[in-house]
Order: sequence, then structure tokens, then C-alpha cells
Amino acid sequence: MPSDANKKPAAAIDTKAASPARNAPINLRLSADDKIGLFRTMVRIRRFEERALRAYQAKKIGGFLHLYIGQEAVAVGCCSLMGKNDHVITAYRDHGHAISVGMGLNEQMAELYGKATGCSKGKGGSMHFFAPDRNYWGGHGIVGGQIPLGTGLAYALKYQGLKGAAMAFMGDGAVNQGAVHEAYNLAALWQLPVVFVIENNGYSMGTSQSRSSAGALSKRAEGYDMLWGQCEAHDIYQVRATMDEFLHRAREESKPSVVELDTYRYRGHSVADPDSTYRPKAEIEEYRRTKDPIQVYQKSLLAEGVLTDALVEQIDQAARAEADAAAEFADASPFPTPDDIQKDVYWEADNPAERKSQGRLFFD
Amino acid sequence: MPVITYREAIRHALAEELERDANVVVLGEEVAQFNGAYKVTEGLLAKFGPKRIVDTPISEAGFIGMGVGASMLGIRPVMELMFWSFYSVAFDQILNNAANVRYMSGGLINCPIVIRGPANGGTNVGATHSHTPENVLANHPGVKVIVPATAYDAKGLLKSAIRDNDPVFFLENTILYGEKGEVPAEEYLIPLGQADVKRAGTDLTIVTYGRSVLHSLAAAELLQKEHDVSVEVVDLRTIRPLDIDTVLASVARTHRVLIVEEQKPFASVGSQLAYMIQREAFDELDGPIHRLATVDAPAIYSPPVETEQLPNPQRILKAALEAMQ
Repeated sequence: MPSDANKKPAAAIDTKAASPARNAPINLRLSADDKIGLFRTMVRIRRFEERALRAYQAKKIGGFLHLYIGQEAVAVGCCSLMGKNDHVITAYRDHGHAISVGMGLNEQMAELYGKATGCSKGKGGSMHFFAPDRNYWGGHGIVGGQIPLGTGLAYALKYQGLKGAAMAFMGDGAVNQGAVHEAYNLAALWQLPVVFVIENNGYSMGTSQSRSSAGALSKRAEGYDMLWGQCEAHDIYQVRATMDEFLHRAREESKPSVVELDTYRYRGHSVADPDSTYRPKAEIEEYRRTKDPIQVYQKSLLAEGVLTDALVEQIDQAARAEADAAAEFADASPFPTPDDIQKDVYWEADNPAERKSQGRLFFD
Repeated sequence: MPVITYREAIRHALAEELERDANVVVLGEEVAQFNGAYKVTEGLLAKFGPKRIVDTPISEAGFIGMGVGASMLGIRPVMELMFWSFYSVAFDQILNNAANVRYMSGGLINCPIVIRGPANGGTNVGATHSHTPENVLANHPGVKVIVPATAYDAKGLLKSAIRDNDPVFFLENTILYGEKGEVPAEEYLIPLGQADVKRAGTDLTIVTYGRSVLHSLAAAELLQKEHDVSVEVVDLRTIRPLDIDTVLASVARTHRVLIVEEQKPFASVGSQLAYMIQREAFDELDGPIHRLATVDAPAIYSPPVETEQLPNPQRILKAALEAMQ
């Protein structure tokens, strides 16, 4: 295997050599209120996820629950860069993205509880939060299955002559799915404005990156002559600075890219994961101690004078209260009825005045 | 009235809908420069250009998934599968994404895609290229499935399919591409979910669709001439939504049913039909429901033997006489 230690990848944008991420233009642009807003959103995600976990343990939530705890800077950082023609799609660890694009906590918690007031009317569950009016296209359960969809969002933007980019998120485990490679090829061949974002938390369920993937993840883009980049994503400034470069290239030049954001999750793959077989507790504690994205940003903003201890406390209390209120809302909401099971299947069945087809759409 | 081929009828439907709606895009392998593996899209690239008629790499999961994603933002992709047999490499995109995204979002999204292409045996192309997956597709709530038998039906149904706001799967037949039929020059639509009695009769109802309709009509002629059996042939045209009422009305007239389908037997379209007919018209039946399907094995290559594996007029005649006993 030829050594490429000295070979600088031609297509990469080297953001590490740039000035500290805090001073990147995209970050200098942030007002104090903007910064507090980013911080607040990360805290709200953290407290929502923790409240969801307690609800799951209290048997209010069924099925799967894939928590975003530890990865907050990725969703908040990326989504904070969205313009009106930018779109987001992700996999099943989707609550952080949902909160970052501005979806309400009530409708999300109600969805987890399977209630009719849920953002998907209780029909999707944890893995399937959607908000088309916020350019957020889910929430998908099959690993890598959402990536061709993300390429499609970019295709539509280009077809319609809109200046925008699609961010298609996946985990480190998804990069080996065939559909992902097909999507890479299409994006590169047709120069579609998509940024493929690999949220690399080091583990694909219980299998580490080194046990899953040959070669470096984002560097695979070179095989498709695509731009690529990578950064440590516990630092929201780095996330923004890195992603801004690639979003700019997508929007302005219709250039696709693969960006690897290195992050970490404190909890298991899902609540069903005992998290006792594949990584040492010390590793989790080390990350939590030195790279917690909320702590890192909090420290930075305290030093800047943007945050005070009092404000931090207030934000945290408000986030806990908001999550608790969401749980109360969910608890008090009704379930859908069996009559609702066959609604939202066909556009035509849901819009009977405009139905053109005849015959039976459903069977028994 | 003009007489055109089934292939031309599909091409005209595509051209008319491309003209009508700027969001319609035709994508697939060899659809543009090659003029289509089966020449269905011949001339469309010259007429509409490379933005509307798009050659894709061999990447069904990729380009179909891409089409589904684009449809969420208002594009109306008409994607060609060179053979419907290739659907299985894109199964997740077709039957997890296209079929389910509306439901999982609680009705916030719809995917107005069309996937079209030939689904048939009878051309000696072997086990992996001869699939007829209409039963597999129709098993999934959220999708619509059409199998037209004639040029007239193909054109009217494809136009309706492209205008439909749900995912529609359109299954053609390479052997039917050259079949000619009367097709009006003026625009017309055929609604999805409307069956068509192709031949009126009194003694036996043959329920069928696709190429088996033509075989059944040929068998019906022989049954009338040589056996004095009057056969009514009901062409489903659409599998889902299903026009079961037309089928049941026919059963009420003839009281005997033979289902003819180019399908492997287990969990075929006919299996579902038989359940529905006996459930809803039990008292109308003078005998059990019969069914002639493909002989239950992977598609054989050997040309003369493949003809005997599929429904054909002689096999249908024999099955009809059995159904009359």
C-alpha cells in the first residue's frame, strides 16, 4: 500500500491551517445574542434528550431511542449556517437536527410518546421527525438510505436554478453502504450542491471505526474527485468554520463535498445498548471532561464575557423546564385512534376531493 | 384513428407530459443518447434536451433514491428501470423510502415519482431478468401499480401516472412494445384503478392483466369456436388501486372464474384476487376459483420450454376447460 503520508490530498480544503476557528469570518459575524442562541440550543438539545431518556425508562416511549448527547455542536453548528434554500436530511439520531432547525419540543416529545399531537401524528416515532417548512427532511431508519435522498434534494435545487445546498448527514457506520457510494458518484458526476456530512462518533453501534472501515472516511471523496474536509466537532466554532467553506462551494459553485465531523456520544447507540462491551468507561469520561461541546463553548463564552454564571444557570433551568413541559404536553395528549392508521398513506386518499383514481386503495 | 405501437404510445405520453409540466424529468440508463434500450425514449433527447432526458450511470439505488429526494422538492421524475427485474437493487429506496416517507412524516410529504420499464418473461433472458414484481410492489401500502396490456391503455394510464401525486410503478412488456393498436390523436387520460372488460361473455370470467390479456383473448376465440364456451375477459389494467367491482360484476354474470397471470404462484396478484372474489361473491360461484400462473421455478432459459413455463393460449384453453367442469 503506497504511503501517502507526505502527499497532500489535492481536493481537500485545509481548514486546520487557518487562523483559530473563532476568528473565521463566519464566526466573527456572530453577535453576542447569536452566540447565546447557539449555546442555548445545545443546552436545550441536551436537556430534551435527557428528559426523553427518563421518559423511555418510565415506559412512555416504545421502540428505539438514539440519543444525541455529546454531539450537540454538530447539529447546532451546521444548521445555524442554513440559508433559505439550504436543506437538511439525516439518519435516526435526529432530535438534535430537529431542535436545531427550530422544531418545537412539544411536538417532538409527543411524537416519542406516540401521540396524535406528535410532529408525525405519532406515526413515525423517534427516528422519523420531519419539518418540510423548515427544510428538514427527516429522520430515517435504514443506515445510509437517506443519502441518495439528500443527493435528490441537491438535484432539485440545481434543476430549479436555486442557490442553495443540501446537507446530507450520516454516521461513521453508514459510509460503507452501497447507496452512499452511489450517491457520492452521482453528486460528483453531476456536480450537485450537496455536502455529505459524516458525524463520526467513533462507533457504528458497537463496532469501532477501525473495525468497520478501510481507509479514512472523508478522504474516500478523492476517489470521486470530490472536495473533502474534516474537523474536531466538539468545538462549534470549528464546525461552523469548516462547514461554511464547503457550503459556500456548494451554493456558489455547485460543488459537492464530504465533510467528516469528529464527535462523540456519551450514551449507547440506542437505549437498548448496554454500552459495556465495546469501549472503556474511561474513554467516555475523558471526552466528557475535556471535549464536552457545551462545556467547551460555555468556557469560551464566559471568557468572552458573553455568558455569565447566572445566565448559564438561567439557560439551563429554562431548558429543563421546557423539556419537562414537553413531557407534560406529551402525557396529556391523546393517542391516534385505529381509524387513523390508514390516513397519511396516499396523498389521494387524504385529498379525496382531488382524487382522480378509482378502485380500492386498501385491503383487508 | 391513428394506429401506433405500444412503444410509441408510451413515448407520446412521455412527450406530452414533458411538454405540459416543466418539473417532469425522464431519468434512466441509456434513455437519452442511446435512445432507450428498447427505443421507448427514442427522439426525446433531441426534442427536450439533456436537462429533461437524463442518462444515469448503472446505479439504481442511487438514481431512484435521488429521484425520490428530488420529488420531495417538487420535481416529478419518471425513472426508467431497464428491466423491472433491477428493482431489487433499489428495493430500499423504492419500498422503504418512496412508499413510506409520507406516512412516517404524518402526511407532511408526498413523493410524486413514476418508475417505469418492462417486467416480463418470454424473451429467453433467464432467471434474473424475467421478473414480474407487481405482486411484491402492490403488497406495499403507499404505492400504485399499473400493468397496461395495450397501446391505448398504456398512453392514457402513463399520463395519469405522471400526474398522480403518489409513487406510481408502471410495468410494461418488451414483447408488447411492437404491438399496434388504435390510439386517439387527441389527449385522453385513463384513471388508475379502472379495469376494462376487453371481451364480453357469459360462461366464464377470465381475470387477467398485461400480456396475458392478449393470450386470454386468443384463447377465448378458440374456446368460442371449438368448445362453444363464451368467455368474458376482464383486464385489471391497474393492480393497486384495484377495481374489484368490475371483477365482481363479471363474476355475477358468468359464475365461473379463471385467473390468468404471468406470476409465480405463491402470494401472486391472483392469490389476492381469489381471496377477494370468494369472500365477496361466494354465492355467485358455481365452482372453485381456478388460476393459471407461471410454472413455479426460476425463469428457464431454453426458448421453447420458456413458452411452456408462461401462460400461453393453449395452457389458458386447457385451464378454462378445467374451470368449466
